[in-house]
Amino acid sequence: MYNFEFEKPGSIADAVAALGSEDAQALGGGQTLIPTLKQRLAAPSKLVSLTGIAEMQGVCMDDDGRMCIGAVTSHEDVAAQGASYAALADLAGNIGDPAVRARGTIGGSLANNDPSACYPAGALASGATIVTNSREIAADDYFQGMFTTALEEGEIITDVKFPVPEAANYQKFEQPASRFALVGVFVAKFADGVRVAVTGASEEGVHRWAAAEEALSANFSADAVPDAPDADGMIADLHGTSAYRAHLVAVLTRRAVAACG
Amino acid sequence: MSQVTMTVNGKEMSGDAEGRTLLSQFLREELDLTGTHVGCDTSQCGACVVHVNGKAIKSCTMLAMEADGASVETIEGQAEADGSLNTIQQAFQDHHGLQCGFCTPGMVMTAAALLKENPTPSEAEIRDYLEGNICRCTGYHNIVKAIMAASGQDVGAIAAE
Repeated sequence: MYNFEFEKPGSIADAVAALGSEDAQALGGGQTLIPTLKQRLAAPSKLVSLTGIAEMQGVCMDDDGRMCIGAVTSHEDVAAQGASYAALADLAGNIGDPAVRARGTIGGSLANNDPSACYPAGALASGATIVTNSREIAADDYFQGMFTTALEEGEIITDVKFPVPEAANYQKFEQPASRFALVGVFVAKFADGVRVAVTGASEEGVHRWAAAEEALSANFSADAVPDAPDADGMIADLHGTSAYRAHLVAVLTRRAVAACG
Repeated sequence: MSQVTMTVNGKEMSGDAEGRTLLSQFLREELDLTGTHVGCDTSQCGACVVHVNGKAIKSCTMLAMEADGASVETIEGQAEADGSLNTIQQAFQDHHGLQCGFCTPGMVMTAAALLKENPTPSEAEIRDYLEGNICRCTGYHNIVKAIMAASGQDVGAIAAE
């Protein structure tokens, strides 16, 4: 790992100021960034730890009935405190392993936008709002492809607001070595329609499956889930072919709908 | 270099750390607490698990400076005051929960975290909680058995394999 300066500010304002220096990078729980640094795939001049910022911690409900999660809330805390949105709490409680869940943060996961991470599927299917130090970004505009988001240089996620669906479920087909999703599907049923978000499958990263959304909005039952989507553009690697992933998308969507009851 | 101070096993300890110094490296090389093992150094294996402010974490994937001011528990702090093994350690010995012993510090620290959260876990809950701890001797049966025994449960039904 190349060396860097380390700063741990106590407020959002101080963190934004610290991130103003050249090649500075924000650090959440470090469960992805530290392994990345070890491989010398990143060489920041300075890491600004956000975990000491009290105003970015915790889970609460806002006046619009949305569940608001501070960006440095650990997966473990979301799993324990997220009862108002059980499907999301379950998602958080199945990321990685217990020690990773104790450190990893929702903000870190969303800022990284790993194509196989769980949280992007939860945020996109829920139509969450990603709140940063300078603006609010709708999930539909936020995710812009593998490891790519709408975040500007030096912009940090401060919290994430999740509308709570009438019914929701996340199904993850785990890649057993990494514990990332080989494919994961989050289904969220709202009064005005169903949203389906898929992680792990596409070369474009997390995305919505429009055909399934349309079919499920008309008839919310596992039988209504369309046949597997086109395998073109799906990830192919030693863990599975693109056709296999496409197949899993449909299977997991059916399971998620069935689990919604 | 900056000075980092943390309470380790109840005792205040200080040492020097760079920005990039990992907590595992700081414990082993700066504080000479080599009981915490580094197996994979990629947060897969769990040999480096310690408790930071009461939470089991992988010390190879946390920066030492991030733990400045924290309370840290390592395997060295697990034995009783008179040096005898604590309940979990004794159960690992009684049930042959270790072979080469390399993963044991992380297994014991993870087991301690589990039993604090869930004092009488089922076999399935133990296996689930140990997801991030790898034993390359593959002695999982006896590790699970030891943790069940440490929680005061009957282990007669678990096959010795």
